[in-house]
Amino acid sequence: MSRLDVRPNERIDRSKPVTFTFEGRTVSGFAGDTIGSALFASGQRVFSRSFKYHRPRGLQCCSGHCANCQMTVDGTPNVRVCTTPVREGAVVGGQNYLGSLERDLMQATDKLGGPFTPPGFYYKTFIRPRKLWPLYEKLLRNAAGLGKLDPNGSRSERVDVEHRHVDVAVIGGGQAGLEAALEAGHRGESVVVIDEGPEVGGGLLAEPGGVETARALAEQARAAGVELLAPALAIGLFEQGFVPVAYGNLLLKIRAHRVVVASGIVEQPLVFPGNDLVGVMLPDAVRRLVNFWSIKPGERAVVLTADDRGVQAAEDLESAGVEIARVIDFRQGEPPNIEARGRKGRVSEVVVNGKTTTCDLVVMSGSPQPNYKLLAQAGARVEYDSTRGIFVPKGLPPHVEAVGAVTGDVGAPAVPSPVLGFRGEKCFVCFCEDQTTKDLKYAIAEGFDSIELSKRYTTVTMGPCQGRLCHVNSIRVYAKATQTDENTIGTTTARPPYAPVSLGLLAGNPQEPRKRTSLHNRHKDLGGRMMWTGAWRRPHSYGDDPGAEAKHVHESLGLIDVSTLGKILVTGPEAGAFLDRVYPNRFSDLRVGRTRYGVLTGDAGRIMDDGVVARLDDGTFYVSATSTGADGVYQWFTWWNAVWGLDARFANLTGALAAINVAGPHARAAMQRVSDDDFSAEGFAYLDAKHVRVAGVPTLALRIGFVGELGYELHFPSPHAEHVWDTIMEKAADLGAAPFGLEPQRILRLEKGHVIVSQDTDSESNLLEAAMPWLVKNDKEFAWVGKWATQEVRDRGLRWMLVGFESPTGAMPVEGGQVVVDGRSSGRVTSVRRSAELGKVIGLAIVPNGLAVEGGRFDVQVNGRAVPMTVHLGAFYDPEGEKVKS
Amino acid sequence: MSMLVTCPNCGPREVAELRCAGESTTRPKTTPTQRELNEYVYFRANEAGVQREWWFCRTCEDWFLAERDTVTNEVSRTWEPEPSR
Repeated sequence: MSRLDVRPNERIDRSKPVTFTFEGRTVSGFAGDTIGSALFASGQRVFSRSFKYHRPRGLQCCSGHCANCQMTVDGTPNVRVCTTPVREGAVVGGQNYLGSLERDLMQATDKLGGPFTPPGFYYKTFIRPRKLWPLYEKLLRNAAGLGKLDPNGSRSERVDVEHRHVDVAVIGGGQAGLEAALEAGHRGESVVVIDEGPEVGGGLLAEPGGVETARALAEQARAAGVELLAPALAIGLFEQGFVPVAYGNLLLKIRAHRVVVASGIVEQPLVFPGNDLVGVMLPDAVRRLVNFWSIKPGERAVVLTADDRGVQAAEDLESAGVEIARVIDFRQGEPPNIEARGRKGRVSEVVVNGKTTTCDLVVMSGSPQPNYKLLAQAGARVEYDSTRGIFVPKGLPPHVEAVGAVTGDVGAPAVPSPVLGFRGEKCFVCFCEDQTTKDLKYAIAEGFDSIELSKRYTTVTMGPCQGRLCHVNSIRVYAKATQTDENTIGTTTARPPYAPVSLGLLAGNPQEPRKRTSLHNRHKDLGGRMMWTGAWRRPHSYGDDPGAEAKHVHESLGLIDVSTLGKILVTGPEAGAFLDRVYPNRFSDLRVGRTRYGVLTGDAGRIMDDGVVARLDDGTFYVSATSTGADGVYQWFTWWNAVWGLDARFANLTGALAAINVAGPHARAAMQRVSDDDFSAEGFAYLDAKHVRVAGVPTLALRIGFVGELGYELHFPSPHAEHVWDTIMEKAADLGAAPFGLEPQRILRLEKGHVIVSQDTDSESNLLEAAMPWLVKNDKEFAWVGKWATQEVRDRGLRWMLVGFESPTGAMPVEGGQVVVDGRSSGRVTSVRRSAELGKVIGLAIVPNGLAVEGGRFDVQVNGRAVPMTVHLGAFYDPEGEKVKS
Repeated sequence: MSMLVTCPNCGPREVAELRCAGESTTRPKTTPTQRELNEYVYFRANEAGVQREWWFCRTCEDWFLAERDTVTNEVSRTWEPEPSR
């Protein structure tokens, strides 16, 4: 099919052909075409198959409103090709059909299903027999639906988020929007204009001479510093001037002091039998085809109109050489009885009051409606103006203004109701969801007489056009069918998004933030198998045998990177008093140079975090927190002190300091080789904290025993981490220095019965039932955080207890496995490991308090079988702590 | 939620740059009864309207109080707390 002769304002550049493939065949268009216009010019008329009945559908609005032209473009489904610019080499295909767009085998649902598929049909019909539902569901899902996503496909395009702050955001770049932007720009305000079209101009572009006017306005606006975004979609209008905008592969989060909505109008279809046939179009569609792309939309047209827009379209059609067979203007006389008939889904004739006119094009124009959706989303009321037949937004929220046609200034009023058909078979109200007047009446008869309920029941207005073409007509059908009026029926709630947005764009660029310690490269060099712990990447182990790695620590010397530990410096005259308030135990009496273990609870008495506190001098405490709890503990401390205002300050040194734990019987010898400070058993006792130099680096060394052997936790500025690590590994190589990972550390600490907060505790755990009553010091003057709730646990009596257990049979329960007592679920396993050192399976479990005695027996489900376990209180390994104190 | 909140130190910031820690509460001064404790720990007024909240600014890492209308998300006032000691 050829184009018309060159027209004055056409948007195509005939010197620049562009080709792409459609359903395997090559289609050519010109630069300036959309995929839709190029397809139409090539003779394509059927653009899609409808959602439910698989009826053929063609271009209807050509403005990006309706869903009729949704296709899959380069793998992206549901692209509205009528507004998507042509791209050289694009691969375009139809969707939702079996066979071809022209001959869709599933159209049988239209012939057969039509009368049998009122609203709710599937739910009512396929509920019995219930067990067959999965089968039905699969079939139905295949039959209905829109495009297909490749579940194995990966995202092809990178998307990003950008934040913008402006004085004014103008939504809609038509005449009113551009003028408002220009005015604001001249005032020196920063302005951004957001327009859906391929270029700004809106309704102007279809007017004679409008393109020049639009381009001149755009030029002036740019000169005034206005930023024009097109094509760009304002997804919604949220509180305080927040407008998210889909702009190509960017999600712009625009925050504006003032939002000016200039979203214009949406043309409305007429409701009559056959109004969805291919070749039945809205005025703007034919005007765009003729004026933008110089395409003749048909040979012989019938125009059905309730306003001037249809008349204007008729004039444009005539100028393109289309024969206007008939113009029915509803403003003259009684609304006629109209029916469109078609062959193979394409319109072939229109019957008006019994008189038949053959045609291949029908222009239908109900009165256009203000495009108020964004305003309604933002909180504006919408009222029906019965004299003009339009819904008008009222009561705009603060910082939001409306200009132009969206305010209700839609031109000459159109009074006759555009809802004409009720009797015929298929008077479509909602084209996206295939809902007819009959369906809506059926819903009313079933009791869904509220429009909000009907929306949910029939899904009218819930399709891809987001109600733009069906919201008003559905209200009118309701008003007519219930013999009330539009204001009584009311509107349904407008919700974002304004138009479908790809989830990929909303999800943003997939980023998995990861934290690496300053020893990360060493771990990789040493063959560390890295794992996630929160946002951290840490070595799980350095070989295939974590058990052997753990055993090596018992026998020789191991190094583990514990840089991920939270490290918070608390300073000030009242630092000690502060810690006394947030911990159950006392720290104000901790001697300088000593450490003490502490557990944090909230006032609900639940365990939050744990760590070691070292007193460095009178007013300085060094607090460690768990790797994942560091930020939380810092915020917890600073929050409490915002409440109390004690003379204490907090510094989060987590990233600034690296930490290495050097552990094993040879740890002392190793330290003596890398430091001149006193690491003797007498000079550096268990639980001491000392400032030393290790490999020349100023270091805070804590002698603590998380892994159950003699050990020193070295904290020092992280830039020196590799140097310190390398020096120890090198100088202590002959002592057996070897790295160990998190997994061997977990075995080692379990052998000691040491708790890992959030592994062995959960959101219900309290100090008493986590077997830490020794931490509770109630003789402190100030009621420490958690004191009262902990006392309540004591008063009510203990129900649970965290205990160690052994598996006498050697069976290995899973972590989280159910504890079973007397056939009833009674707790769970929190940790379990096989200890090579001890030659048995050991673990921790939460069990009924009555079982918390040495030798207590309970069962754990292992592979569906109850397997006996034996309670063990205290450490499994070195229960007297001789090793750590050696 | 999508709004600007004015940190007393950093000025107006996008809400994502801050953390809302919920309604402000008052910790009992003396040993509470069980009911008082539960009310303090678990009960919230869940106001549909203006309520006083704790906010944490991730930029300056400071805590402050705010009055926010939970219906409109209008934050009418933010201020540094008066310590209670």
